[in-house]
Parts: sequence; C-alpha cells; structure tokens
Amino acid sequence: MHAAVITFPGSNCDRDLAVAFEQAGARVSRVWHKDTELPRGVDVVGIPGGFSFGDYLRCGAIAANSPICRAVVAHAGRGGYVLGICNGFQVLTETRLLPGALMRNVGLKFICRTVTLSVTTTDSAFTGGYSAGQLLRVPVAHHDGNYTASADELAQLRDADRIALTYAEAVNGSAMEIAGVLSENRRVLGMMPHPERAFEPAHGSTDGRQIFAGLMEALTAA
Amino acid sequence: MKARVHVMLKNGVLDPQGEAVRHALATLGFNGVNGVRQGKVIELDLDETDPEAARAQVSRMCETLLANTVIESYTVELD
Repeated sequence: MHAAVITFPGSNCDRDLAVAFEQAGARVSRVWHKDTELPRGVDVVGIPGGFSFGDYLRCGAIAANSPICRAVVAHAGRGGYVLGICNGFQVLTETRLLPGALMRNVGLKFICRTVTLSVTTTDSAFTGGYSAGQLLRVPVAHHDGNYTASADELAQLRDADRIALTYAEAVNGSAMEIAGVLSENRRVLGMMPHPERAFEPAHGSTDGRQIFAGLMEALTAA
Repeated sequence: MKARVHVMLKNGVLDPQGEAVRHALATLGFNGVNGVRQGKVIELDLDETDPEAARAQVSRMCETLLANTVIESYTVELD
C-alpha cells in the first residue's frame, strides 16, 4: 500500500497520520499543498487534522481549492481511496467529495477529549475489520465538528448505509450523531475523531488502528 | 468597482453563534430580541467596471469559494 499524506500550512496531525500509515505497513509519501500531482502509484491519500490556512474564511475552504486538492479529487474520481480526519473531513466536504458541512459545535466550545464511537457500517475497507455496533474509544479535538446536511441528504446517507461512525454520546450536536461518512463508492471516508491518536498502547486506546489495518488488507488483497 | 458580499447561514440552519449572542444580549438586559443571526461581510475591489459582468464574476467567486452553499446563502451588492 502506498499512502500519500498531504501537508497544508497549519496542518498539525500530518506526521502522526504518516506514522500510523507506516506502522500499518504502508509506504508513505509526504505531499505539499502546492504540488499539482500525487506521487505515481498512490493507493490512498490521507488528509490530516489541523488548522489549514488558519481556518480562514471557513475550516477547510482554502485548502479544498489548493492545487493538490484538484489531484485528490481526480484520484477519488478514478476510484482511489481517501481518508480525511478532522480538518481533513472539513476539506473533503468543501471539495464536495463528501456531502454536508461541519459547523461550529453546538456548545460553541472547542472539544478535546476521548469519546465513544459506534461502528455504524462495516461495509467499507476502513471499517470492515470491526463488528457492527462495536464501541471504540477515540479522541476528538475540534471546534467545528457539528455535521449538518439537508434532510434529503441525511436520509440518503442512512438508506445507502454510508454513515460509517456515530457518536455513542452527545458530543457536538451533529445530525444523527454522525462522526464519519463514506462516499457513494465507499472509498472516501471523512471523520472528525482521530484514529491516528488511538493507535499505540501508549495512546491509551488502540481502537483506531483497525481503520489503517483494514485499508492495508483491502489494498494488498486487491 | 467595489462589491460587497453578505454570507449568511441559510434559513432553517441552526446558528449556534447567533443563539449565544442572543442569550448574551438578554443577560445584558436587552429584552425583546427574538432572534440573532450572525454572518460575514466580504468587500472586494475589482478591476471590472461593467456592473453586470462584475455581478457574474462575484457570483462565481461565491459559488466556488466565498460561500459554502450547502449551508450558506449570499447576496452581492455593487457600488
């Protein structure tokens, strides 16, 4: 598996994400936002957490219009895998690779703590290694994680089994407690919680590891 | 010419910041405020001198970058 991890000015989880991919067995290329192409043979693109472009205008909006994101959209269009975490999820909604938007948390506070997630679908490379309804302990760290979409879009996501992860507790006011959603072809996952921060025993939880291991299995079997 | 873009959350989209401002106003004794919605104003200084072309250009900017039309609406004023 060859993973590309993008760095924008203001990304701060890019190295952690690269380490998680590496420990899952991937070869990792680091990519700068001004690059216009992904390295040859990339299977999965990781869009990290952080505060790309200082969250100016809207979280992820300027990053979504950066040169590398045009290459990411093309990669997804060819059926490539993309994992966007936290700010990366915001970037994916801004590119419209994923539906909906992430608004200010309903309590207006930046939330930085470990929360309990429920695996809502196992029908994806990212979540196939979990069992349905499995509870995971994974940290969140965001100010704008309140997922919203039109009633029609929410119904479509539910009916097409594209809600990957939900919060098992009240966190940020997200519609239907959505913590992560999949694209129509199930190869693009955006999620607010940080699986790369629940990867090693020293992190206090290793519940996020399977997301990377699952990708590895799917991509090496292919 | 100059353009001013107002970006607001669409009607029906809950605005947690506007709600917080409304509560703060009530705490300060400003009664009778039934709703507060918070948005953004973006001022642009353009080369374009034709109003119709400027409006079309700014609308494209709004659709591409300045507004997220999933949750926000925008209006364009020229002067």
